[in-house]
Amino acid sequence: MLRSISRAWVPAFAAMALALAGASAALAGPYPGVGRSATPAEIAAWDIDVRPDFKGLPPGSGSVTQGRKVWDDKCASCHGTFGESNEVFTPLVGGTTAEDLRTGRVKSLVSADVARTTMMKLSSISTLWDYVRRAMPWNAPKSLSTDEVYAAVAYLLNLGDIVADDFVLSDANIAEVQARLPNRNGMTRDHGMWDVRGKPDVANVACMKDCAVEVNVSSIFPESAKGAFGDIAQQNRGVGATRSGRGDKAAPALAVAKASSMDDVASRGGCLACHSIDKRVVGPAFKDVAAKYRGEPGSEAKLVEKVLNGGGGAWGSIPMPPNPALAESDAHALVRWVLGL
Amino acid sequence: MKPSRAAGRLTPAPENFLDAGQIAAVQAGRREFLRGAFLAAAAAIAAPEAEAATQAGDPAILELPEHSRGLGQPVVARGYGLPSQFEKNLQRRESPGLTRVGAASVSFAPLQGLFGIITPSGLHFERHHQGWWDIDPSRHRLMVMGMVRQAKVYTMDDLMRLPAVSRMHFIECGANTAMEWGNVSVPTVQYTHGMLSCCEFTGVKLATLLDDCGFDRRNGRFVLAEGADGSSLTRTLSMERALDDGMVAWAMNGEMLRPENGYPLRLVAPGIQGVSWVKWLRRIEVGDQPWGTKDEVVHYVDLMPDGTLRQYTSIQECKSVITSPSGGQFLLDKGFYNVTGLAWSGRGRVKRVDVSADGGRNWRTARIESPVLPKCLTRFNIDWVWDGGPAILQSRAIDETGYVQPKISQLRAVRGKRSIYHNNAIQSWKVAESGEVSNAQVY
Ligand code: HEC
Ligand code: HEC
Repeated sequence: MLRSISRAWVPAFAAMALALAGASAALAGPYPGVGRSATPAEIAAWDIDVRPDFKGLPPGSGSVTQGRKVWDDKCASCHGTFGESNEVFTPLVGGTTAEDLRTGRVKSLVSADVARTTMMKLSSISTLWDYVRRAMPWNAPKSLSTDEVYAAVAYLLNLGDIVADDFVLSDANIAEVQARLPNRNGMTRDHGMWDVRGKPDVANVACMKDCAVEVNVSSIFPESAKGAFGDIAQQNRGVGATRSGRGDKAAPALAVAKASSMDDVASRGGCLACHSIDKRVVGPAFKDVAAKYRGEPGSEAKLVEKVLNGGGGAWGSIPMPPNPALAESDAHALVRWVLGL
Repeated sequence: MKPSRAAGRLTPAPENFLDAGQIAAVQAGRREFLRGAFLAAAAAIAAPEAEAATQAGDPAILELPEHSRGLGQPVVARGYGLPSQFEKNLQRRESPGLTRVGAASVSFAPLQGLFGIITPSGLHFERHHQGWWDIDPSRHRLMVMGMVRQAKVYTMDDLMRLPAVSRMHFIECGANTAMEWGNVSVPTVQYTHGMLSCCEFTGVKLATLLDDCGFDRRNGRFVLAEGADGSSLTRTLSMERALDDGMVAWAMNGEMLRPENGYPLRLVAPGIQGVSWVKWLRRIEVGDQPWGTKDEVVHYVDLMPDGTLRQYTSIQECKSVITSPSGGQFLLDKGFYNVTGLAWSGRGRVKRVDVSADGGRNWRTARIESPVLPKCLTRFNIDWVWDGGPAILQSRAIDETGYVQPKISQLRAVRGKRSIYHNNAIQSWKVAESGEVSNAQVY
């Protein structure tokens, strides 16, 4: 244990360790005085992981019905009422069949044109439970109670036709759900990419001369897609062995990482989870908001009220949830900033 | 360039960007256009002084610039130095349409303009799942718990008292080059390979911390790392990897980590895909089974043609890419070029890099620059004289295990086209007669 400490120091450490014996467990290790023991409450506060064998799963329960309410209040704005939305992410559910529940292998994973939903890939139910608890809702992670996590997971399972409408998910029956997961048998760890000495699955040879290759260009970057990446010329240095073309004016230069101070407030206020300045995300592009209300008297006060308390109907079917954690002064500053864009 | 022949005051300077007309000229195969443009511009300058200047030489030499005739800026004009104003083009960038929200997204490093093997901290690629934070280091804690004799809490003060090590390693996202499994879909090396960076990290070995807490050597076969951000991202590491070269690092390239890279503490998991290098690291747990986290079961799984998902594909296998000349660039003229690029392997050192200019028929071995370190980027260079004809440039790395970087056709034969992750295929850059370089796939 003392191997990384120079020899001359060892007797001193040994003496110290003796002197401190029994004083504090934290001081008894190879690096005396560094760190301290964790308290049980501290461990409980952070040890939130749930493993596939359900180690770490807290007791509790939640019904599909309760889950629908959690979902509508806290998840649907981003993921869609039925977990179908791909506005923010690939859909959470869909693509699984009754046959898959029986075999434990999702057949549609074989076909090329199916969007791969979370439920299609999920091989352990603990993964979903653990993730919803630690990371969702995306803009307010770790805000759900244990029972709300059970409920939200129950609702997702119900949307995936894995459990019935009257199902109540709990720590007592979660193993039964595991046994019904559509892709529970669809994975493997039999490959060489976990072990640093693992066996690769392809074997090229380093031919040097007159190698037998058909030099056919099978695919090339399409001219038509160039504009999408902004002005490539502006992405290369102006001196050196090469230059780049500036011609195609198709798209404006890509937004590069920029951080004006209001961007920062919007980011910390959680607004950028759903909005961006110039594209529609979940909510409207801030520039579109500015264009819509420019010059309209009273718009600032109205929008501040809406940002704080939420509301819908102006831009589509998805409402904006309330932003209760936002200071009123920040809401004013943000709206003024948005309107000035 | 050839300044003696090209002398003259020219607007716009063709040595900067090519304008639309010049590109058209280039694409029409008139690759002498640069010289032509110079001569035409020189002829257009009718004033006698200009004529004289043209004959006498390059005004960049003959007309002393302001910086040779005046007083420059004082020290600490900028307390923290910044790149030259002329380097603004080299920025991290998002790939359009790849992700939908900026806080769960990725930005790519501009490999086309970088030198050597170290990525400047401000250009290191980013991948966040739930946005980034700038965390007060005095309030940051690391907990080591699970199958240990004594679960412990460390402050940054504590960690920085422990025996420190400094190591250079590459970090590559498992999804680097993902867009190219099916077809060519992005134009430049920034987007094909830019989820790759390499830095010197300083921190404490994970083994030191595990020893300090007295981990269970018999049954503690896995280690979980967890972040302190909203996503509290978790990933399982094998105990073997953790003890071998795993690190808990606070520094990158001689200064503290940048917030986007996990300030004040991140895991360094050499050779393993970037998602395992947990940022804003708050907790290490020792256990006897892997954790099956969201980024081990639902993402970072490689889809095989029969629908099976490979889980826990961690190691980044041997790979290389030519960074210059590369997609989206134009060669200025025929003649001599230094072809340069990067090679790396998650299984150890790079042993050799070969380069082909004819699409893989004939290869020459490139010069490898030192240092050549395990699980670290290695820079290669090779001389090339472009004869002005069409060419296809490729590089192929071999690591110390003898593994040879594969062709895309070999990867597809085993893994199909939809596995997203771990595409380490040989990259081809097609050089047209016009000098334009584009991303292409052969094989
Ligand atoms: C503000 C928008 C937002 C809200 C509200 C939200 N999510 Fe999410 N959710 C996301 C984003 C973005 C991701 C992807 C995160 C990433 O890339 O790591 C995600 C990912 C997920 C995933 C993982 C999907 C996968 O395949 O990786 C699940 C499951 C999920 N959310 C469930 C929920 C539940 C349950 C709620 C409500 C309690 C919720 N989400 C609320 C935005 C949101
Ligand atoms: C969970 C997603 C979400 C978050 C977080 C969010 N918004 Fe919205 N926002 C929306 C949606 C959806 C709409 C469209 C509502 C409608 O159609 O009336 C919207 C609309 C708006 C509007 C225009 C309202 C109108 O009536 O035209 C403003 C201004 C706005 N948001 C500002 C903000 C600000 C500022 C924040 C951060 C404090 C924020 N939003 C956070 C989803 C969100």
